[in-house]
Amino acid sequence: MSNTMQSHIENGQDGVIFEKSEPGRSNPCQAPRAVEGSPVIPASLLRKTVPMLPEVSEMQAVRHFTRLSQKNFSIDTHFYPLGSCTMKYNPRACNTLAMLPGFLNHHPLAPVETGQGFMTCMYELQEMLKEVTGMQAVSLTPMAGAQGEFAGMAMIRAYHDARGDDARCEVICPDAAHGTNPATAVMCGYKVKEIPTKADGDIDIDALKAAVGPQTAGIMLTNPSTVGVFERRITEIAKIVHDAGGLLYYDGANLNAILGKVRPGDMGFDVIHMNLHKTFSTPHGGGGPGAGPVGVSDRLLPFLPVPMVGFNGAQYHWLTKKERPQSIGQLSAFGGNAGVLMRAYIYARLLGREGMPRVAEYSVLNANYIMVELQKRGFDLAFPSRRATHEFIVTLKRQAKTLDVTAMDFAKRLLDYGYHAPTTYFPLLVPECFLIEPTETEDKATLDGFIDAMAKIQHEAETEAAMVKGAPYTLPSRRLDDVRAARELDIVWRDTET
Amino acid sequence: MPFIPHTETDVKQMLASIGASDIDALFDEIPVELRIGILDQVPAGLNEMEMSRLMHARAAGAQPLCFIGAGAYEHHIPAAIWEIVTRGEFYSAYTPYQAEASQGTLQLIYEYQSMMAHLTAMEASNASLYDGASGLAEAVLMAVRANRKSKSKRILMPATVNPSYRRVVQTIVENQGITLELIDYQHDAGCIDLASLPVEPGDVAALVIPQPNFFGVLEEVSGLTDWAHARGMLVVAVVNPTSLALLTPPGEWGEQGADIVCGEGQPLGVPLAGGGPYFGFMCCNLNHVRQMPGRIVGRTVDADGKPGFALTLQAREQHIRRSKATSNICTNQGLVVAAATLYMTLLGAEGLARVATTSHLNTQQLSEQLTTIEGVEIAFASPNFHEFVIKLSGVTSDAVLDALLAEGVLGGFNLSADYPALGEALLVCATETKTTADISAYRDALSRVMQTLKGGAA
Repeated sequence: MSNTMQSHIENGQDGVIFEKSEPGRSNPCQAPRAVEGSPVIPASLLRKTVPMLPEVSEMQAVRHFTRLSQKNFSIDTHFYPLGSCTMKYNPRACNTLAMLPGFLNHHPLAPVETGQGFMTCMYELQEMLKEVTGMQAVSLTPMAGAQGEFAGMAMIRAYHDARGDDARCEVICPDAAHGTNPATAVMCGYKVKEIPTKADGDIDIDALKAAVGPQTAGIMLTNPSTVGVFERRITEIAKIVHDAGGLLYYDGANLNAILGKVRPGDMGFDVIHMNLHKTFSTPHGGGGPGAGPVGVSDRLLPFLPVPMVGFNGAQYHWLTKKERPQSIGQLSAFGGNAGVLMRAYIYARLLGREGMPRVAEYSVLNANYIMVELQKRGFDLAFPSRRATHEFIVTLKRQAKTLDVTAMDFAKRLLDYGYHAPTTYFPLLVPECFLIEPTETEDKATLDGFIDAMAKIQHEAETEAAMVKGAPYTLPSRRLDDVRAARELDIVWRDTET
Repeated sequence: MPFIPHTETDVKQMLASIGASDIDALFDEIPVELRIGILDQVPAGLNEMEMSRLMHARAAGAQPLCFIGAGAYEHHIPAAIWEIVTRGEFYSAYTPYQAEASQGTLQLIYEYQSMMAHLTAMEASNASLYDGASGLAEAVLMAVRANRKSKSKRILMPATVNPSYRRVVQTIVENQGITLELIDYQHDAGCIDLASLPVEPGDVAALVIPQPNFFGVLEEVSGLTDWAHARGMLVVAVVNPTSLALLTPPGEWGEQGADIVCGEGQPLGVPLAGGGPYFGFMCCNLNHVRQMPGRIVGRTVDADGKPGFALTLQAREQHIRRSKATSNICTNQGLVVAAATLYMTLLGAEGLARVATTSHLNTQQLSEQLTTIEGVEIAFASPNFHEFVIKLSGVTSDAVLDALLAEGVLGGFNLSADYPALGEALLVCATETKTTADISAYRDALSRVMQTLKGGAA
C-alpha cells in the first residue's frame, strides 16, 4: 500500500485486528486441548504454510470488536429513517427466545421427532403469513428478499412451462422498481420491459396496455410502490395482466404499510415475497441474514420451493420434492434461515391479530406527519398531491440547483446531527431524492428532532454551503474516497502493510 | 401498544398537523373494497412472559448425542462470540451504505475478507453469500461469466458434491441454460477417478471439486485441478473452512490453484440452529474479482487522508446495474459473518488447526470402533477428514437410526436415497466436541442395536 496511508495506530485510531497480532499469542481456553497423534492424511494433501489469522488474546478480541461496534449507527442507538428498509425496533425477546439452546443445538438433518417444537413454530408462521397476505400457501425457505423474488419468478416460469406456454419471454417492471427486480427477471431467463410512472406516482396504465401481449410472462410490482404511494388502480392492472395471460408478482418490500389493512392476494397478485427483516422486525445485522418467504395463489401452488412444513394431524414433517414433484426445487442446503424465521414468528405472536394493523396505522401516521411537517418547512415533495404510505419522497433538486447542495450533502450532514440518512438517490426516477421511512416504533419527539435537523441543514445550505458539502465532521470517518477504493483495490490485509 | 410509543396526545397533535380526522383517513387512497376486517387466522397477541413460557416449552426435550454432519457441523462456539455479535450496534444496523456511519461493520467485513483470503490462499473474498449451497450456485454462474476461453455453459459436477448442493445449483442455474454434467465416483474409493475422466471432454466452462467431498473422503485435488486447467476449464473449489487449517488450500491446488473457492461458513462459530442462518463464503483471485457476486469492502482514505472503509466495485451490483448485474443478491449474511470473524480471531491459526486435527483424529477413532461391530464395515478405504461412510448388512439404515435415537444417539445421515449403489449406508461425523466416552457410547449403542435388529430379523 502507498506511503500516504499511514497505519491507523499512528493516527491515534484503532487499527485492523492484524496490527494487534503477535506471534505466539493464543487462547488455549477457547480451543480444544492439544492432541497427540498425527493426521492420517498423505503429505501431498496437507497444508504447508500456516494461514495468517490474528494472534490476539480474548480480551483484545472482545475490545477490538466492541470498539468497532461503537463506530456503527444502528436502530438501538440512532433514528434510522431509511426508506424501503423498514428499520423498526428489533424486540429483544425475539433474539433471546430464538437462541434457546434447544433450538440452537438442533441439527437440520436430525429426525423430525427431535424438533417438533421448532417445526410447530415454522408451521404456525406459514399459516400466519398466509393469512396476512391472503395467499393460498407459503414456503419459508428463501433466505432473503432477492431469493424470494427469484423463487417467485422461477414459479411463474414453471407455471407457463407446465402449460406449454413457452413463448412468454418478457417481464414487465415499472421504472421505479427496486434493482433486484430486473436482475431477478434476468436470472430466470427473462427479458425486462420497463414501463413509466406517471407524475402522480401511479403506473401509466396506457403504457401497460401497450406493453402486455402473448410475450408477457408477468409483471413485478410493489404496492405501495417504491415511490411511497398506494397504486390505486391495482385491480385494473391485475385484470390487464391476467387477460394477457401474464401473472402478477408482488415485491413485499413495503408490506409494513398495509399489514392487516389490505392483502396482496385480494389485490389479484399470484405470488408475493415478504422481507421478514423489514415487516416482521428480524434484525438487519449490518446487511443480513434476512428471510424472504413466498406466498402463492392457487395457480402457483404446485411450484412452491421446498422444503415446506406439513402437518398430518399428529406430527409436523418436511415436505420435499418427493411430496411436491412440481416444485421449483431447493434454494438452500437445508430449510432456509431458520433462526431468522424463529425471530419473525416470535414477533408475530407478540403482536397478534390486533397488533398487526397497528403496525400499518402508526407507520403511516409517522410518515404522513414528517411529510407534512417538512413541507411546511419548505421542502419539496415528489408527489405532493398524494398521501404518504409508510414512506414518502422529498426531492432536493431545487437545493442542488440553486445552492449546489445535493441530497448526498444533506445526507452526510444529517449524520452529524445524529440521524441516519434516509435512502438517497432511490428510486432513480426522482432526482436528488430522499426516501424517508420512519416506521411505527419511533416516538413523536424523535420525529420532531429529525424535522428540526432537516430545517437547520436547509438554513446551513443557504448560509454556509461549503460547510454542508464537507460533512460529516463528527463521525469516525469523514467522506470516504470511493474512487480510490475501486482504483487502488485494497480488499485483503497483507503482511507487508504493517 | 406493543412496540408503538404513541400516546393519545401525540396522535391528536400529529393528526391535527396532517389535517386528518383520524388514522383511518390516512388510508383513503386505498379502494374500500380491498380493505379487510380481522385477521381470523392470526392468534391474539401474547405478552413477553407468556411467549417466553411457550418457547421454553417448545425448546425443551432431550438433546441426543449428535454424530450427524452432512453439511452442518457441531463445533464448540466460544462464549465471547455471540455476546459481541448480538450487541445492538451490530445486530440492529443496516447494510453499510452510509460508510461514515458504518465503519464498524465495514472494517469487520474487511477483516473477514482478509481472513478468508488467507485461509483459502486466494487474493480476494466477498462479504459472503446466503449459504454454502447457494454460494456454489453463484460460483457456477460466475465461472460461466469469467471463463473467457470457453463459450460453453457446461459444468462438470461430481457425484461426490453434497447432493443437496447439487439440487440447489440446479434450481438456481437451470433457467439460464447452464447444464450440469454428473461425474461418477470410484465405488471402492469414494472419490473422483482422475484416470476415468475423458481425455477430450469438449468445451466445458468449469469443473467443481469438493474437498473433503460429501463422503468425508479427500479428493486428489491437484491432479484434478491440472486436468481441468489443461482443458480450458476453470476450477470451482467447494471446501470446508475448518479443514483448511490442515489441508492444502485451494489457492495452492496443482500448478495454478483453483479459480473460484466457495463453501459453507457454518463451522466457523455458527450454531446448527435447525439449518440457518449460516453463510456462504466466496474467494477468487484479482483477475476475476469484477465477476464476483455480492458485496465487497475496500480500504481507502477519507477527506482528511485517514484510513477508512467503504463498499467498493459496486458497478457489479443490482442497485447500479439492474438487469445487467452479476447477481440479484442484495445482502450478505452480515451478522453471521461477524460471528465467523470473531471465531477465527479467537482461535487463530493454531486453535483452528487443533479443531481440525482433533475432529479428524476423533473420526479415525470412531471409525475404528464402529467397524469392530459385526455387520458394520467401512465403505471407502481412502483418507478422510472428519466424516466417513459405514455400510450396514442385514439391517436397514432407517431401522438402525430409529433404534439409535431411542438410545439417545443421532447416528448419522442415511445415504441410501441419494446413493442407492451404496446399499444401506450411513455418513457419520465426529468433531472435536466428542469425547472418548461419547465415542464408546455410540459404539456400544450401535453394537446393541445391530444385535437386536439382526436377532429380530432371524
